[in-house]
Amino acid sequence: MAELLQFVFSGLTVGAIYALVALGFTLIYNASDIINFAQGEFVMLGGMTTVFFSLAGVPLPLAALIAVIVTTAIGLALHRFAIEPARRASPVVLIMITIGASVFLRGLAQIVFDKRFHSLPPLFGGEPIRLGGAAILPQSLVVLAGATVIVVVLWLFIERTLLGKAVIATAANRLAARLIGVNTRRIVDFSFAVSAAIGAIAGILITPITLTSYDVGTLLALKGFAAAMLGGIGSPLGAVVGGLMIGMIEALSAGYISSSYKDAVAFLIILIVLVATPQGLFGRAKVERV
Amino acid sequence: MMLLEADRLSITFGGVRAIDGASLAVASGQVFSIIGPNGSGKTTLLNLVSGLYTPQDGAIHLAGETVTGLAPEQLARRGLSRTFQNLQIFSRMSVLQNVMVGRHRHERTGIFADLLHWPSVARQNAATRAAALAALARVGLVEAAARPAGSLAYGALKRLEIARALASEPRLLLLDEPAAGCNPVETQEIDQAIRSLVKEGITVVLVEHDMRLVMNISDRVHVLARGRTLAEGTPHEVRANAEVIEAYLGVHGSREAAHALD
Amino acid sequence: MNLRALSVTRLLPVVAVAALVLILPLFFPSAYYYRVGALVLIFALAVVGLNLLMGFAGQVSLGHAGFLGIGAYAVAIGPVQFGAPSWLCLFAGAILSGIVAFAVGRPILKLKGHYLAVATLGFGLLVAIVLTNEANWTGGPDGMNVPALKLFGWRVHGSDVWYWIAGATFVGGFLLALNLMDSPTGRALQAIHDSEIAARVLGIDVARKKLVVFIISAVYASVAGSYLALFNGLVTPDLAGFLGSIELVAMVVLGGMGSIVGSLVGAAVLVVLPQALTVFHDYEQALLGLIVMVFMIFLRQGIVPSLAGVFAGWRK
Repeated sequence: MAELLQFVFSGLTVGAIYALVALGFTLIYNASDIINFAQGEFVMLGGMTTVFFSLAGVPLPLAALIAVIVTTAIGLALHRFAIEPARRASPVVLIMITIGASVFLRGLAQIVFDKRFHSLPPLFGGEPIRLGGAAILPQSLVVLAGATVIVVVLWLFIERTLLGKAVIATAANRLAARLIGVNTRRIVDFSFAVSAAIGAIAGILITPITLTSYDVGTLLALKGFAAAMLGGIGSPLGAVVGGLMIGMIEALSAGYISSSYKDAVAFLIILIVLVATPQGLFGRAKVERV
Repeated sequence: MMLLEADRLSITFGGVRAIDGASLAVASGQVFSIIGPNGSGKTTLLNLVSGLYTPQDGAIHLAGETVTGLAPEQLARRGLSRTFQNLQIFSRMSVLQNVMVGRHRHERTGIFADLLHWPSVARQNAATRAAALAALARVGLVEAAARPAGSLAYGALKRLEIARALASEPRLLLLDEPAAGCNPVETQEIDQAIRSLVKEGITVVLVEHDMRLVMNISDRVHVLARGRTLAEGTPHEVRANAEVIEAYLGVHGSREAAHALD
Repeated sequence: MNLRALSVTRLLPVVAVAALVLILPLFFPSAYYYRVGALVLIFALAVVGLNLLMGFAGQVSLGHAGFLGIGAYAVAIGPVQFGAPSWLCLFAGAILSGIVAFAVGRPILKLKGHYLAVATLGFGLLVAIVLTNEANWTGGPDGMNVPALKLFGWRVHGSDVWYWIAGATFVGGFLLALNLMDSPTGRALQAIHDSEIAARVLGIDVARKKLVVFIISAVYASVAGSYLALFNGLVTPDLAGFLGSIELVAMVVLGGMGSIVGSLVGAAVLVVLPQALTVFHDYEQALLGLIVMVFMIFLRQGIVPSLAGVFAGWRK
């Protein structure tokens, strides 16, 4: 029982990160119909940049802030310089561009930083808390709390502010949104920036637990996408639920079946979702207009 | 027996009932036109009949066989072909190759034969090429055969789609606004193309806005408004129908229609 | 306008490429060049297969190195575990890749762009994971040695021998690909790329055609992977990894999506470059990513079609 609780908690923790990655995917997808493969790199950049700035002597909170700002800038640059020029291209081309961007950022991180694993000090110390026989890291709670805050803030923003309404409008029908005066280009800018920021924060929060290195982005993108698909691509609620579910399934199968195939879980889930319910849990089947 | 029968079809998109209980019957060898104001569901109806959408209610019969819910490729095998309002040209391929693809359902294809390019494949290629050229000749596009399809003028592309659909030797051809966006000269060319098809006995279902074309060429006209059948009959009957005039033709349109029939 | 000329264009490139392969060694000063040449031809073979999938049928595969890995490990594990002759293992690997492509492709090819891309990405990663984990069979992360190919009692080894084997196979694969393009299946694939809906309406079974080309491209990659393993005498799971898949994609993109001749160019550039620039190794990932991005944004057609376009414009 204690073991199960342990797995559940570690699953939820990792799942919260997948949820944030999935949320980032969803935000960009809703605003622009693009799947941004570089999403995972935002998480990596958040953690790695913080590590290296703090190693250079910058106090940790400031290093974290700088990391978020830098990553956000990179997200914006990605949209402006890589995606925007190819706006009218076919989805295949756009996917390839974001893949290229992902690999480029990975490669850049490898050059600018290094190839080793790095960690950050946890926010409230590393002493595990005993809860129901399971040992929970305080940082896990920080991750869960942080993710919840981000989701709530995002939700409030979308529902309650004018800019949020503009994002929804753009997601529903870009042309119509432009016709009523929404600057859709800025909206997509915004979605990239926010996704990058969310990713960076997720990266900073999770690094004390899972460590970070230049290549953690790829698997994160895969899992985040699996989560978005499971929840239904385009559904923010689905992204969060999907992320948590994948985290849990991963942790449970790692604990009870095999830990070396942990990373295969996400892929298997993708296959199952594709075969069983392509629109995911909360998505709607899209009818293509001819 | 009717070649095509649609029986009380309905489909809803996101809360809007795009087609609401529409029924029609098309006899073999007829030119059957579907007209109606914008948004009345003409293209949706065509998409339902051609298998792109599955109706939520109702049934479709092709030559007596129930084909409701069959996929487009399955309908193609049963002799149904269509063109698209928003052209779906294979723009990277040449004009000739576009039409050659139209021959696909008459070609035998096996992966090993294709990879190794047996003599039978070469022979079939030649036959397909010849049939494609013949189809191009019928719409007046033979000179453009080697050009990339993407380089053609709009009106020519519309004729290309017709040629491509013809190459599959359909018994039922659905034309979705073939004259849309065409100038009078191009419209006339399309008119001629359609007439020559009809002469060969191909049944045509035509969705169109151009009243002159419709009234000139149709055996029967079906009027859709807001997803429902408003009226059906011969061009004369429809033109004289007060409801149709009010809902759709308007004063100017009915005058044009009258002009066309003189 | 000479329509018969269209079918002649099928044989002309093959003859030209074959001539190139035959003549090039006259300029090789040392065995090292044979080695580079062999590597280029082996990768070009895989790239041709991937080009059929990506350039012609318009489907994305981000895990194609997985098939490279299956083919490579087939000729490593087969002789060691089963005592089977290497050439038989090569065939077995190709068949296994085909079966895997069928099994994986059937569900995922039904879906559009990004779903397919991610699913193939996952597939490639999965293969790499399996190869890394099943150390009893595969030797784990450090890989395993590959026994040399034996044909008719002779041990096949040496860069020059492998150059000719790879060259012959590449020319063969090149010819098959061109044949395919000039056939109903090829036309169907190109049609699918431009408009799936129109293709379906003309009676093309889109799902089946995509699956067929996926399987073919998997077999091409598998054979290339087997050659690679036999040539190098060593395999590691990295071969099947994410970076390997991206390298293949970059080769397709560089040479020209949909240009089979471009496959050779793309492979040549990305094999020769690391050899020429030793500093390349550290910058490899960043450069690959940059190449894919830049080409996809600005030079979508790739090198060969762009040059062909310039050349055609010149002649006018």
